Amino acid sequence: MNEPVATPLMQVRALKAFYGPLQVVHGVDMDVAAGGITALLGANGAGKTTILRALSAMVRREGDVIFAGQNLKGQATEDVARLGIAHVPDGRGTFGALTVAENLRLGAYTRRDRAKVAADLEIIFSYFPRLRERYQQQAGTLSGGEQQMLAISRALMLRPKLLLLDEPSFGLAPIIVKDIFRILRAINREQGVAMLLVEQNANLALDLADHAYLVETGRVVLGGSAQQIRADDAVRRAYLGY
Amino acid sequence: MSTFAHQFFSGLAMGGVYAILALALVMIYQATHLVNFAQGEMAMFATYMAWNMMDSGLPYWAAFGLTVVLSFAAGVIIERVIVRPFAKAPVLSMVIVFIGMVFIFNSVVGWIYGYEIKDFRSPFPEKAWFGNTLMSSHESGVIVVTFLVLALVYGFFRFTPLGLAMRAAAQNPASSRLVGIKVGWMLALGWGLAAAIGSIAGMMAAPVVYLDPNMMSSLLLYGFAAAVLGGIDNPWGAVAGGFIVGVMQNLVGAYLVGTQIQLSVALVIIIGVLVMKPSGLFGRVIVTRV
Ligand SMILES: Nc1ncnc2c1ncn2[C@@H]1O[C@H](COP(=O)(O)OP(=O)(O)OP(=O)(O)O)[C@@H](O)[C@H]1O
Ligand SMILES: [Mg+2]
Repeated sequence: MNEPVATPLMQVRALKAFYGPLQVVHGVDMDVAAGGITALLGANGAGKTTILRALSAMVRREGDVIFAGQNLKGQATEDVARLGIAHVPDGRGTFGALTVAENLRLGAYTRRDRAKVAADLEIIFSYFPRLRERYQQQAGTLSGGEQQMLAISRALMLRPKLLLLDEPSFGLAPIIVKDIFRILRAINREQGVAMLLVEQNANLALDLADHAYLVETGRVVLGGSAQQIRADDAVRRAYLGY
Repeated sequence: MSTFAHQFFSGLAMGGVYAILALALVMIYQATHLVNFAQGEMAMFATYMAWNMMDSGLPYWAAFGLTVVLSFAAGVIIERVIVRPFAKAPVLSMVIVFIGMVFIFNSVVGWIYGYEIKDFRSPFPEKAWFGNTLMSSHESGVIVVTFLVLALVYGFFRFTPLGLAMRAAAQNPASSRLVGIKVGWMLALGWGLAAAIGSIAGMMAAPVVYLDPNMMSSLLLYGFAAAVLGGIDNPWGAVAGGFIVGVMQNLVGAYLVGTQIQLSVALVIIIGVLVMKPSGLFGRVIVTRV
């Protein structure tokens, strides 16, 4: 249980990330297990979002990202998506002026297997029945929780091997967060989608994740199984609040 | 009464041309928030190409089709080669580029073809259709072509994955990249489409306004007026704006001020609408809940 990840789906080595001349991530190493849930914890401004953006090539980056045996050096954001990494960005990134149906169709934009896409849509409705009811509605008119569900579903329509989730709890009522996290766990187990989850709420993230990394000012300062991280005194005081 | 109907319907036909031009402007505006001032000159250039092809013996519709295809390719290339390098430059540099393109197209055409006015054929028969006494066949033909173009454009954006991807890329480039859309190519395609439908506007207008290097300058202004009147972020508003401007121009010209200052009327419309309703008559208000 507590050994280092056996078959990493993604290996990140010496990852650096920049906004223009400003370096924000300073050499991060981490592994994301195939089929598992890995959490990235850290305070405001630690660089969690930027790490995810670097993985999706949304910011200038250096270092190596090896995904399913392939080095992603030089790949553009749209190529990363085509390789099977779906990113639910900070702020959800839904297409507000388009309908729910169109958002979901866009999620499957790179896929040519129409029959499987249709089947995947049914699977998504089984997790998020609300989206079926809202199918023809403009995405911008959905509630915050529904928009988060749509953002996750849009990402799943890619049928990704890895799902990057940037604070799916942000701005949502605790009861809705609980619901969404329960569904994320089910999707992880039943669909075998690996997840890299960014969360400020460490308690919540450690409940869901198998492994976790702690990020401080653009560096990973601690990594291990969820139990190990939870048991760490410094983490408990600083992030778990007990 | 019948003069009134005449003015009305010929305004509708010219309005179709403005509507197509407005649609071309909106297409680029939605993706880049820039008004392509060179849209008219690009269409004028395309119309000369069509004239050239017919002059060397090509049948009308063959020349028409070829011109649309070549214009599409030219639009894509212009975006990739001329516009793209300025993507991150300040808006004013882009405006300079557009103005530069206006002069380049204008003088290149003048240099190749000269400045004297040329006749441009209408594909539609001399005799009015079905004994229609209100409209010439060219006028009714233009209206038919306008609606065909609109239907095709609508169908493309509404029902095809590529059309959806182009809308997505215009709206939210970052999210579009995340779903695997090549946003840069979508912009280039948008330019291609705008150039292609612009060329149709040119070929439909040329039999009425005749072919000369400056034929599009006032037409583009009316097209721009149409786009602003309808709401430059709303393609269907822009189309409606085209018809409204076309009809108003004719009625105002015939009954109020005479044809001399019709063009000023277009400017008055632009300014009036911008003052009263900055987002245009049909300007879209996106309902968003946060
Ligand atoms: N677009 C940007 N341009 C310049 N600096 C940025 C930009 N976005 C973030 N930063 C800076 O990078 C650092 C890391 O930000 P990042 O958003 O990655 O943190 P985070 O861990 O996701 O924080 P939060 O929990 O608040 O979302 C911060 O100092 C931030 O100010
Ligand atoms: Mg963040």
